[in-house]
Amino acid sequence: MLTKRIVPCLDIKNGRCVKGIQFENIRDAGDPVQLAAWYAEQGADELVFLDITATNEERKTFAALVRDIARHIDIPFTVGGGIGAVADVELLLQAGADKVSVNSSAIRHPKLVAELANRFGSQCVTVAIDTKYTEATGWKVYSRAGTVETEHATVDWARKVTELGAGEILLTSMNNDGTKAGFALDITGEVARAVSVPVIASGGAGTMQHFADVFHQASADAALAASLFHFRELEIPVLKGFLKEQGVDVRV
Amino acid sequence: MNLVIVDYKAGNVQSVLFALERLGVQATLSSEAEVIKAADKVIFPGVGEASSAMAELRARNLDKLLPTLEQPFFGVCLGMQLLCQHSEENDTETLGIIPEKVLRFQTDLKVPHMGWNQLHHLQTPLFEGLQEQEYVYFVHSYYVPLGEHTIAQASYPEPFSAALQYKNFYAAQFHPEKSGPAGSRILQNFLAL
Repeated sequence: MLTKRIVPCLDIKNGRCVKGIQFENIRDAGDPVQLAAWYAEQGADELVFLDITATNEERKTFAALVRDIARHIDIPFTVGGGIGAVADVELLLQAGADKVSVNSSAIRHPKLVAELANRFGSQCVTVAIDTKYTEATGWKVYSRAGTVETEHATVDWARKVTELGAGEILLTSMNNDGTKAGFALDITGEVARAVSVPVIASGGAGTMQHFADVFHQASADAALAASLFHFRELEIPVLKGFLKEQGVDVRV
Repeated sequence: MNLVIVDYKAGNVQSVLFALERLGVQATLSSEAEVIKAADKVIFPGVGEASSAMAELRARNLDKLLPTLEQPFFGVCLGMQLLCQHSEENDTETLGIIPEKVLRFQTDLKVPHMGWNQLHHLQTPLFEGLQEQEYVYFVHSYYVPLGEHTIAQASYPEPFSAALQYKNFYAAQFHPEKSGPAGSRILQNFLAL
């Protein structure tokens, strides 16, 4: 049986792991390679590293870090942040990343998704979608780390990038992110039903029940969390034990 | 041991090299016929799309060389699919070493089949020391049906070949280099052949 994936996410700035609370108030949560190895031992199914540095100079450091991570951990990982071109992806995959995630660059230039899928295969192309709900607009896609509203309705955009060749969707609800009040079950479920590729739910995890809910009620294939794991508010073996009891297929 | 990894611009070469490094094994990356022929063992990694991968192999004359090899050989993921006769991925004629065909998943489940899934009906020597229902990491949209060369099964939802063996050619659909301690053991078993 294919299992549901538990995915810790590490935001990286200047080679260190940080976590933004609703994309602000960044706190330092440690050395990425050590954290990654610890998560692998704890039973994380894969990891996501998001580079939130701003300049190209700092991005070169990120590729070196990706190489260091690949050298030390033996589970799959996705890297993202600031990827704008095929050459960026080539560098990161050569460094040992298994998948890359693209977000704003796919919005600016949707053909990039097709170019990446043709060149490297859909299996390594994750499209990250930041989405926010307002009563006036419904669920809309936001770009540039959630600062700019786009014209795309979230489900339509998820369908479009899947047609272009995305192999996975990483869906973050900005309304839920940092709240610890639970995942956005409605939009996650809508996207999961609308596309034929796996969907990672992100934003809002606060309790073990939240994970059970997003798997049972929203058909997510994977669930991502950051600070909850980094500050050891929730330990992965305990979470997986709980999910198994709740009838969720997990790797234990 | 002289271990060679076939170099044809496959995407996950670095991961395989690092996995071997964690086992204390140095490997040589090469597309040279003489180097590959002289190897004690050969690993053939692969991710990506079948027809482009075949074009890369042909550009290096590896499509002629690989079928002639007689030492233990291990194809991983796309590397396994390329060892078969034909792939439905862009209707591609593949290397034709293992008499099996590669099909697209026809299922209501999500494709690619991505994540950790269990192995069943394990056969030695590749799976020596592993338990039935061991979890390994898969990511693929095409599969090889069960057949007489199947040496491990997984299900999505129907059973398919998680690993194959034909003469000296071993192959895994999953990624041993990304499958934690179980994956390391499988690589070690291959190295011990």
